[in-house]
Amino acid sequence: MNTQNDQFRVENLYLSFSTRRGTVQAVEDVTFTMNRGQTMVLVGESGCGKTSLGRAILRLLPRNVQDYRGKVFLNSQDIMKLSREKFRREIRWKKIAMVPQAAMNSLNPVIKVSEQVIEPLIKRGTGRERRKAMEKAREVFQLVGVPQDFLERYPFELSGGMRQRVILAMALITNPDLVILDEPTSALDLLTQANIMNVLKRIKQERGFTFILITHDIATSSELADLAGIMYAGQLVEFSRAYNLFREPFHPYSRKLMASVPSLQEKKELEYLPGQPPSLLEPPQTCRFLDRCPDSFERCEQEPPVIEVKEGHQVKCWLYK
Amino acid sequence: MENEQLLEVKKLQTYFTLRKWGFLRVGEVKAVDGVDFDLRRGEAVSVVGESGCGKSTLAKTILALEQPTGGQVYFNGKAIDITDKEHLEWYRSQVGYVQQDPYGALPPFMTVRRILEEPMVINGIKDHKERERRIYQVLEDLKMTPVKEFINKFPHMLSGGQQQRVVIARSKILEPSLLVADEPVSMLDPSVRVEILELLRKLQLDYNLGVIYITHDLSTVRYFSERIFVMYGGKLIEKGEVEDILANPSHPYTRALLEAISDPDPENVNTFKKVPPGEPPSLASPPPGCRFHPRCPDFIEGKCEKEVPPEYELGGEHKVSCWLYEKEG
Repeated sequence: MNTQNDQFRVENLYLSFSTRRGTVQAVEDVTFTMNRGQTMVLVGESGCGKTSLGRAILRLLPRNVQDYRGKVFLNSQDIMKLSREKFRREIRWKKIAMVPQAAMNSLNPVIKVSEQVIEPLIKRGTGRERRKAMEKAREVFQLVGVPQDFLERYPFELSGGMRQRVILAMALITNPDLVILDEPTSALDLLTQANIMNVLKRIKQERGFTFILITHDIATSSELADLAGIMYAGQLVEFSRAYNLFREPFHPYSRKLMASVPSLQEKKELEYLPGQPPSLLEPPQTCRFLDRCPDSFERCEQEPPVIEVKEGHQVKCWLYK
Repeated sequence: MENEQLLEVKKLQTYFTLRKWGFLRVGEVKAVDGVDFDLRRGEAVSVVGESGCGKSTLAKTILALEQPTGGQVYFNGKAIDITDKEHLEWYRSQVGYVQQDPYGALPPFMTVRRILEEPMVINGIKDHKERERRIYQVLEDLKMTPVKEFINKFPHMLSGGQQQRVVIARSKILEPSLLVADEPVSMLDPSVRVEILELLRKLQLDYNLGVIYITHDLSTVRYFSERIFVMYGGKLIEKGEVEDILANPSHPYTRALLEAISDPDPENVNTFKKVPPGEPPSLASPPPGCRFHPRCPDFIEGKCEKEVPPEYELGGEHKVSCWLYEKEG
């Protein structure tokens, strides 16, 4: 059993944005716990709030935030209580790093990758500090499997897979406690994607990094997942050990989602979800999945509570009450 | 006049010239380099390959959007002549194109009705009632019902899946006998993908359409087509029926592709995938011999890097271009 100290815990996290047309509830009442060295995958359709959740953890928020509250514990410290400046200095990128979506295309084209990778480490770009940072950069490049001489190259000289590794190196260079990966492989080719997944898996096994992997690709996410969370319309509708969730999903949405994943090994009937997720603009106070749910009944008119069906397996659905 | 073969592609080559300072020829990009296949009436085939392997160029050449530098495309037994305007107009009305990005493919200032009417206006279907009938028919086929609700909407008012259906509807409105779908679902959410693919499949079966489905996603192929062509470096390196290829992939590249695909299985956490090293070749200067040889785990020295492998038959429709099968062939 891990101590409290080793946990990363999110409690009742809310995030909403105010827009001209009303309030957009992007993240609503999300709670989960993970241990050091574990990887959690967050799966959901586009627009379900999974990226917003990732950004909310790192406090990378746009200006129009209306409501942002909850608790986020890292090493038993509530990092939501820290001031903005303190959070920036002590947490962001030092303790929690992120690989944003499509980041490999946002490397600065006129600066050598080495300079960009060491950026999180140095405050002033001269002297001993810089040399130490370069050494560290060499080390992480080795870790993610980029040849050392690539340090002196410019981003356009690298292929997509290599650029993605450089971005990964940038996130790992500060040796953070938690790394949030937002769709790290979705823009890549099949073989490159498999390669990056191998790299992540190796890093995880060798160094015990803790990852949150945000993706819509369930099949690929199974490569890395210890824990899995399914998001729907801003809510975490199911959260459990990946093994349980992939084998025996409880929530009707998770079941449909799993049944829509094509498989190479077996020829199974594929299912799909009719309809669309509800708008996050003033979402309904019923179960969010009500309109599309095959198993709905009267009680679903009220918002379902989070129910623990097994140890560490939470489902937000009336069926299991 | 009815022909069993809908489309025949013979030794097709599409090269793009690379120029320096706008006029000096410095080389060629061999995007499609010697592609042979045929497509039966009412058959769906998938062309699978990584980005940059030339699969979109192949689609565009078949659609007569690119001028082939060599080889010929025959449609219904007739050679396609890109210079003959009248012939080209007829051909374009026979072939539908489903684009990859639905939002980019639909004009934002036109309603669904205008979008679907346009091809008919251009192709001289003057009867207003006939046009209306076809629009309703095709939207109903694509399950965009009630049609009245959608017909006056603009593309931005539709979800991604609905936009893609309008794109499919537009490609279908002239009642073609061939559809070319270039990554029709790669921009969509996984839960919608299956639905769109099933709709396409249903259209294909109901109207006996030939479909060329271009994709990088091998896992959806089995649900959608009869045959698979695997493309690498501008060539088709393996062809065969879906079940044959999935059960018995013969080219080392096809094997690598299949190996790289994850099944949604929690056991995956403990195993690493075998991925060939390196990157796909540049089509401007492809490696000599077999294009896969620098990455190939079964590389035969003195053979693979010298000569381009011919196509060997493995029984039935299954053909592979690889020196490993020399004796068997």
